[in-house]
Amino acid sequence: MDREILLEVKNLKVEFGAKKNKFTAVDGVSFHIYKGETFGLVGESGSGKTTIGRAIVRINEISDGEIIFKGKKISGKIDPQLDKEITRQIQMIFQDPIASLNERSKVDYIVSEGLYNIKNYKSEEERKQKVAKSLMDVGLLPEFASRFPHEFSGGQRQRIGVARALIMEPELIIADEPISALDVSIRAQVLNLLSELQREKGLTYLFIAHDLSVVRFITDRVAVIHKGKIVELADTQEIFKNPLHPYTKALLSSIPLPDPKRERKKKLIEYNSNIHDYSIDKPKWVEIRHGHYIFGNEIEIEKWKKGLK
Amino acid sequence: MNKILSVDDLVIKFKLRGRILTALRGVSLEIFEGETLAIVGESGSGKSVLAKSFMGLLDNNGWIDSGSILYDRKDIAKYKNEKEWLTIRGKEIAMVFQEPMTSLNPLKTIGKQVEEAVELHQGLRGNDAKNEVITILENVGISNPQSRYSQYPHEFSGGMRQRVVIAIAIACKPKILICDEPTTALDVTIQAQFIKLLKELKNKYNLTIIYITHDLGVVANIADKIAVMYAGDIVEIGKCEEVFYNGQHPYTWALLSSLPQLGIKGQPLYSIKGTPPNLFYDIKGDAFAPRNEHALKIDFVERPPYFDVSPTHKARTWLLDQRAPKLEPPQSIRLLRKEWEAK
Repeated sequence: MDREILLEVKNLKVEFGAKKNKFTAVDGVSFHIYKGETFGLVGESGSGKTTIGRAIVRINEISDGEIIFKGKKISGKIDPQLDKEITRQIQMIFQDPIASLNERSKVDYIVSEGLYNIKNYKSEEERKQKVAKSLMDVGLLPEFASRFPHEFSGGQRQRIGVARALIMEPELIIADEPISALDVSIRAQVLNLLSELQREKGLTYLFIAHDLSVVRFITDRVAVIHKGKIVELADTQEIFKNPLHPYTKALLSSIPLPDPKRERKKKLIEYNSNIHDYSIDKPKWVEIRHGHYIFGNEIEIEKWKKGLK
Repeated sequence: MNKILSVDDLVIKFKLRGRILTALRGVSLEIFEGETLAIVGESGSGKSVLAKSFMGLLDNNGWIDSGSILYDRKDIAKYKNEKEWLTIRGKEIAMVFQEPMTSLNPLKTIGKQVEEAVELHQGLRGNDAKNEVITILENVGISNPQSRYSQYPHEFSGGMRQRVVIAIAIACKPKILICDEPTTALDVTIQAQFIKLLKELKNKYNLTIIYITHDLGVVANIADKIAVMYAGDIVEIGKCEEVFYNGQHPYTWALLSSLPQLGIKGQPLYSIKGTPPNLFYDIKGDAFAPRNEHALKIDFVERPPYFDVSPTHKARTWLLDQRAPKLEPPQSIRLLRKEWEAK
């Protein structure tokens, strides 16, 4: 049985600046996300992972390629009605819960802002109900609506960020490093909340992170991105079992292990993109095994195939 | 090994909006020369306050209420003015802060900023100073130090900036280097490289390192000794292996179990319920008791003393009392232990 594809990104290219100062942040990226799964996008800062997320919600303009959501093209010029629809169906959670909540407005306004924008409520009564419900969904009390963000702890603030996304009843949530700015003890709470909500509401996540240990725990499939290009994509388990691309290996080796004996024996792999000789033999995007894609040239693919377990 | 710093029953208080907050509630600690001590705890546990008190960097509304900090046979807890502190700060104990962008001056070249420290603490001038700067930049892993010397902080990436901050600290030729969450703002790949660099520098410059972090996961590689802090108190301290494989305090278990590295996919990750106690109030009993699902009755009544687990390992928990019931640590901890015992 084929799974339903919710979002498809085809050959996405995002450029900033013009002419001489042109910088290609995302270069020919393609992937798709199935309905109900958690798809991870992993890479270092500057790899373009956030830009992809922003391009999907139409904050960044794209230079080439297309983005298809539920069978409809949502990139470039689109119908205003569709635009409104996407605004509701695709929501975002940001990294820093202090910077992303307006400190001068009450939680009530912060959570309802999206509703106000697309007038997705019939009466004031209904709006209040929706706010109360989404606060309860993330484990906060409805009374908190009358408070200001500074009255909350870091973990609670991030919950408000999640509530603000949930109130729109989205299908896809783009979580951009939602736990990097939090203390370790609070990270666990937010990760658990995200998985719980997924089970209850059948949400689909695009989870953007730089830390593979978190990605291993929460995602179903993962794409590794380096300098605007996806270099490897596979099921999360497969990537951890069979990392093939040297950059994926480098990322894996940098996960700190909470185990002194193993951690001290571990060899840190540093990735240098000069090891690829792409002067004659050009690299391609190849499915090396069912569901496991990799970016490399013919010689590399041959070598990697032998390394598969 | 020689004792380089010893803290005894340190109490630090702050005055905030007319109320008094007890940030450290009697912390005792010994650090030996050449050792790396990791101080681990949640935000608000007092780990930064402790480190700042070694350098006289407490905010103006804070003071050392009682206790002593012995460094080189002098009680630096008694130091009052900047003149006294300047004999310690930088020269003896230097610090690397969390956010490299805010600790560098955006208007000065990298070279000049390192040179300042070289001139002040090593007394070098002119070309000698410049050569020393270039050597240090090279040692902290900055390639092309000659040309990087005249660049500005904005031309450096986050990881490289943090290397510059460390270069400045090392230029002071300190005996103790304090790193306060040095990698929290950095990517994991850069974090791993930074920790590797820190280990190299430790050997090259004969440093004693105090590494502060909220993430127990990152210190397995670098720490010789780990102190776990909670609510202004060290609840457990021991050798790195002892704390990881044979942790005794429920808070240590909680910190370890909430790491996604130890999580089992499909199962909820262990998370610590509730919030740390309000330090404006007196704390009765074990500060962690209200968040500890296995807390004993006595945990709410009397503060536990330290129980020795080994000569180098002690923990402040009633669970180690003879009369306490035997409690199994959580599954992830048991797995870690098993692996350790197997070797």
